[in-house]
Amino acid sequence: MGRTVAEKIWADHVVRSVEGEPDILYIDLHLIHEVTSPQAFDGLRLAGRPVRRPDLTLATEDHNVPTTPGPITDPVSLTQVETLRTNCAEFGVTIYPMGDAEQGIVHVVGPQLGLTQPGMTIVCGDSHTSTHGAFGALAFGIGTSEVEHVLATQTLPLKPFKTMAINVEGHLAEGVTAKDIILAVIAKIGTGGGQGYVLEYRGAAIEELSMEARMTVCNMSIEAGARAGLIAPDQITFDYLQGRDHAPTGADWDAAVAYWSTLRTDDDATFDEVVEIDANSLTPFVTWGTNPGQGAPLNASVPDPALIPDENEARAAEAALAYMGLTAGTPLREIAVDTVFVGSCTNGRIEDLRAAAAIVKGRKVADSVRMLVVPGSARVRLQAESEGLDEVFRAAGAEWRLPGCSMCLGMNPDQLAPGERSASTSNRNFEGRQGKGGRTHLVSPLVAAATAIRGTLSSPADLD
Amino acid sequence: MQAFTSHTGIGVPLRRSNVDTDQIIPAEYLKRVTRTGFEDGLFAAWRKDESFILNQGPYAEGSVLVAGPDFGTGSSREHAVWALMNYGFRVVISSRFADIFRGNSGKQGLLTAVASQDDIELIWKYLENSPGAEITVDLGSRTITAGEIVAPFEVDEYTRWRLLEGLDDIGLTMRHEANITEYEQNRPTFKPLVINA
Repeated sequence: MGRTVAEKIWADHVVRSVEGEPDILYIDLHLIHEVTSPQAFDGLRLAGRPVRRPDLTLATEDHNVPTTPGPITDPVSLTQVETLRTNCAEFGVTIYPMGDAEQGIVHVVGPQLGLTQPGMTIVCGDSHTSTHGAFGALAFGIGTSEVEHVLATQTLPLKPFKTMAINVEGHLAEGVTAKDIILAVIAKIGTGGGQGYVLEYRGAAIEELSMEARMTVCNMSIEAGARAGLIAPDQITFDYLQGRDHAPTGADWDAAVAYWSTLRTDDDATFDEVVEIDANSLTPFVTWGTNPGQGAPLNASVPDPALIPDENEARAAEAALAYMGLTAGTPLREIAVDTVFVGSCTNGRIEDLRAAAAIVKGRKVADSVRMLVVPGSARVRLQAESEGLDEVFRAAGAEWRLPGCSMCLGMNPDQLAPGERSASTSNRNFEGRQGKGGRTHLVSPLVAAATAIRGTLSSPADLD
Repeated sequence: MQAFTSHTGIGVPLRRSNVDTDQIIPAEYLKRVTRTGFEDGLFAAWRKDESFILNQGPYAEGSVLVAGPDFGTGSSREHAVWALMNYGFRVVISSRFADIFRGNSGKQGLLTAVASQDDIELIWKYLENSPGAEITVDLGSRTITAGEIVAPFEVDEYTRWRLLEGLDDIGLTMRHEANITEYEQNRPTFKPLVINA
């Protein structure tokens, strides 16, 4: 019987498989950051265990780092970052610290170095590890105990997952992006719809996406409850990889491409679940609630909880509207924001910054709005500056920052104040995610930029 | 890891669905480098509200959390499990758990018991009518006993075995180190290395 891409990758990484026990899977790349690793290293020390494969392990500093020049001023953040540095030195792990040319958000760094490749198993103590699935890798977030497990053994005991095809047929209209696809997918299947599944995004609209756009889609698989989401590798994948620092060369490149080319779901393979999305009908999508499944097209209005049939969902919607300070029936376009955040592992890559810059170019950010633009990595920042994007943002009145996770989760000083409202290109609109009492609307970079100009949730078409 | 066979403690009805890990413990509390001391951050935003369940009399001493569907969604932070356990919880009951949260719980000895939403509604009513009532969760028989209510729950067999025995995952895997070494010897040469040896 045919197999899906995810099943092929799984099979190629089985170290041991015994009936009644989880499979032990080999891990090709382990990414770490300062927040979810200190207790794992502590565990190793207590047990007297080394890191088995430092050559397959890479650390970067991202969650706590400030995005304005200068050192970390919060002593607790500083301790966490310094602990990572000490641990990496002690265990021989490569680290890209603040200020390093390769520093950045862990899910931006791996791909841009060419460390993320098709057919790999990739883990990180971070749920947005699903990002790397864009290359046809099986990539998923793990907890700190699992981080320790991978550090010690380079493997993980895992139970088989189910497979779900997300077929996105048709073509995206202008102004509609990868972010709108994934927000629509989450709204359709719900925040728990993908639990226990690996998602495979397929169809013409997916095949037409750039690698960076594919990363945006796979990044938010976790917001649909799926630990991993992936896209079969193709020529676009190979072209992106060729020549990158860690991409194979010479005979290894040919062998790799030959293997990568086998990573397609067989025609006679079956998925446990199939979801259809019509790309032709998609429009810019925004969230109105406090979980990423509570979203709607920008043309719509704030929904009425009384009209939601499921009792739990209705109650959740009611609580969400109370938290968000929204009234049912208000057109989404009339919602005014205080802050626009462009960045994160979802939308902090060069194409995202180019898209946002193209909208704000020659325009002014509304007086009532502060706009933060935070590149996903030091490389992205340098690239943007070489293209003059920093000047475009500054001229429009936006703040051009240093790379990091920043306001996506506000572990550094970039936070919303209570009651403040943002349009954010990040991935979670949970209560308090961007700061205590902060209210988040998830949007694409295009919608973020247009919203910054008009001051209310908007698409670029509203600016004409 | 401490073995888990059966637990009896005060039940806490949390009538919320989609309790994400940012709610269980907000990011600002994640900066500690230890596994202890996270109880202060547990449901930090909600606990500021006097009407929140953990601020209501005997529920504050609870050790069995009974929550709505999709508990533990979002961030992979194991701090959410530490916060619940540091506070005193030994069991969470829900009709559906997020995958990563469930995995993290199993590693730490926090039992995630999957019960039907119908049974959870009954248990909620029981606990709301008798604040401070104790619930027994028995892993051997996979049953929850709350007053007259006896409800079955599910937990995967492997996690159940590990919890009952109190076994450590790394130790279990290291029994098969020869398999790992053999696998490593056969990995393709085109796979990338972070350090180019």
